[in-house]
Amino acid sequence: MESKHVHEQIAAMRQSFFNEEVLNENFSQLEQLEGKDNPNFVEEVFTMYLRDSIAFLETIEEAMKTIPIDSIKMDSILHQLKGSSASVGANKVLKEVNKTRQVLGKGNLERTKASILELRKEYDSFKAKLEPYFQLKQANSVAQEK
Amino acid sequence: MNVSSVKGSMSISSSTSTWKAGDTISDQFPAGLRVLVVDDDPTCLMILEKMLIACLYKVTKCNRAETALSKLRENKNGYDIVLSDVHMPDMDGFKLLEHIGLEMDLPVIMMSADDGKQVVMKGVTHGACDYLIKPVRIEALKNIWQHVVRKRKNEWKEFEQSGSVEEGDRQPKQSDDADYSSSANEGNWKGSKKRKDEEEETDERDDTSTLKKPRVVWSVELHQQFVAAVNQLGIDKAVPKKILELMNVPGLTRENVASHLQKYRLYLRRLSGVSQHQSNLSTIISAQDPTFGSLSSLSGLDLQTLAATGQLPAQSLARLQAAGLGRATAISGIPITLVDQRNIFSFENPKLRFGEGQQQHMTNKQQVNLLHGIPSTMEPKQLVSLRHAAQSIGNMNMQVPPHGAQSSQNNPLLMQMGQQQQQQQQQQQSRGQILVDSTINHAPRLSSSMGQPILSNGIATNVSSRNGIPENIRAPGYSQTPSMLNFPMNHASELPGNSFALGSTPGVSILTSKGAFQEDVNSEIKGSGGLMPSYDVFNDLNQHKPQSWELQNVGMAFDTSQHSNSLQGNLDLTQSALGQQGFSSGQMNGHNRSAAVASKAMFSTGDVKELGSAQNVNQHLNNLLVDNTIRVKSERVCDTSPANIFPDHFGQDDLMSALLKQQESVASSENEFDFDGYSMNNIPV
Repeated sequence: MESKHVHEQIAAMRQSFFNEEVLNENFSQLEQLEGKDNPNFVEEVFTMYLRDSIAFLETIEEAMKTIPIDSIKMDSILHQLKGSSASVGANKVLKEVNKTRQVLGKGNLERTKASILELRKEYDSFKAKLEPYFQLKQANSVAQEK
Repeated sequence: MNVSSVKGSMSISSSTSTWKAGDTISDQFPAGLRVLVVDDDPTCLMILEKMLIACLYKVTKCNRAETALSKLRENKNGYDIVLSDVHMPDMDGFKLLEHIGLEMDLPVIMMSADDGKQVVMKGVTHGACDYLIKPVRIEALKNIWQHVVRKRKNEWKEFEQSGSVEEGDRQPKQSDDADYSSSANEGNWKGSKKRKDEEEETDERDDTSTLKKPRVVWSVELHQQFVAAVNQLGIDKAVPKKILELMNVPGLTRENVASHLQKYRLYLRRLSGVSQHQSNLSTIISAQDPTFGSLSSLSGLDLQTLAATGQLPAQSLARLQAAGLGRATAISGIPITLVDQRNIFSFENPKLRFGEGQQQHMTNKQQVNLLHGIPSTMEPKQLVSLRHAAQSIGNMNMQVPPHGAQSSQNNPLLMQMGQQQQQQQQQQQSRGQILVDSTINHAPRLSSSMGQPILSNGIATNVSSRNGIPENIRAPGYSQTPSMLNFPMNHASELPGNSFALGSTPGVSILTSKGAFQEDVNSEIKGSGGLMPSYDVFNDLNQHKPQSWELQNVGMAFDTSQHSNSLQGNLDLTQSALGQQGFSSGQMNGHNRSAAVASKAMFSTGDVKELGSAQNVNQHLNNLLVDNTIRVKSERVCDTSPANIFPDHFGQDDLMSALLKQQESVASSENEFDFDGYSMNNIPV
């Protein structure tokens, strides 16, 4: 019963992500790849993603401090971030990345800065939402194993 | 299941290893398809791997292009298809694509989060089988096996078509054939052809695979003969039948020649396009002050570009940049990088072998790109190293670049050196150093012709080329040469197969080459005595035989280039400049043009000599190829526009042609950079 409750909770959380468009269908694809032999696949992927993307973001924020900004390098990092965000299904983050790239391409420094802040915010929010989700999942699966 | 057999047919070895009729593979296929996936993003890589496993493929993952290339080289028939990301830090995905196409002729699928039309087009022009947009869906991966089948099918078809057309002509020859084009094959082809139409691809493949299609291995000698014949006839008039007659190779069929010719033509076309682009770049660079300072700036620029293009290994790039900027460490760093470059180059060499059969010829683009890619990378490095070498040696080596297509790389250095001492070619010592540094000189021969596909030579022993080249640094192969140098490293794995019997160490190889190279080489080698020492520097680097080739080549080229040296003065400069840019090919053409004319005469002589010696030395694949190419090129250069100089020569030819083209373009129009496939300028950093 307890586990069932948790199970429902997890499901509800997950659904909310889709509803809010925090996640898109690519996330479902990842879930499908999960199996008995790799039950934590999605979580592993996300851990990796969160770790790499924070590094990207920090690099970008640093790059913004230099004058003149190395937009080529930044675009390259944003491109990478775009690819990985898209692959994991981080919808909102992806959108912010695209926006930032666009603004950067136009050369508007102020707007780029603002966009990067937005991106960072979105990322933090994403992380804040997904981490408890996975923790709950993990706890639940452990409990179920018992 | 023997998925491995899929590639079997493509290899030189008997096709029996490929899918055989009744093979269980067909039942299980595409399960077990051996996929190599390359992506620098670990998240994506992980997801892709998972998806591919879910498709029941056998997956190998790499996060770096270099790793992927070495894996492919180690195990040529170990993979069926490659999935590669476009944007990677150490090498541009398109460069990797070219390499693979030239060396292994595997189907490659590009991936990227970028769905812009330009990028997708670039993938197409570079020869990618497909282009997937990230996020990649598993459904898309489920169908990638079709590319493998299609490719195999096309191989067969090519074979068949050439066979059926030639049927009448071949009949008389068939009796002579022992290995190739047996009438049995012909019958099989026809049969399989019909069957193909009716049956599914898979079945076709199985059926055709059962045919023991003898694969003609286009060895260096053979190719040289081919090129010689083509040149003799004139590229426009070269028809397979006549070529075959001229070549007079028992067992070779008209179809073999026809398909080879087709590839050669495509190759040339591609080279001309690329070389133009390169020449443009070269022009730009040459315009700059060839002093080190400028070099540095250029180098930086080139390096980036090169790096972007992927040719320049990341570390090389770093080195080069350091070298360019700080000169201090460059040299030391460069040798290593050079070696890497050589390896890259080595790829090209194997390609030239055509061992894989016609398939190797993948696409012109691929080849061309490959060539160009290489030079470009090399150049920056070369520049740096060259500079150092030049400076240290204080001479001529600048000229060395001309030796082969390597020019690009050599050019920068060569230029500087050349300027100072075009006459000093004899300074082997410096040469040696330069060679060492620039590895470019793989194609000593090339230099004479105009920088022709130094690549082939380049691989051999950059060092050696230096010696020989000093004179003619004309550096046709400038951009290419540099890359050539790099090749050695990569080639290492491949070269062994390339029949480069050169000793394992460059030094040794040089010696070996000496013996091998009679006439020209001998003299060269002596001259390169000085080189040896410098070569030692590369010894570590040049563990691969390829390096030794270059030396040999250099020796050989050297002789021929001797003549051209005088002519090359200007070219050398340009070439050096080119080298710096990394787009030597483009420039080279221009240079080559003038040089070509001059060197043509000379080169022809040299070629002959080299050819003779080369033929004696089977091992000098590169050299031979280079020579021929050079020859062809020089002739072409004079006669034709750079664009068409290079037929579809595989790998090496491309290099050579690229080099030649560069020469020509340099002469004709400095900014003819026709870099279609390669947008060096827009390489995302």
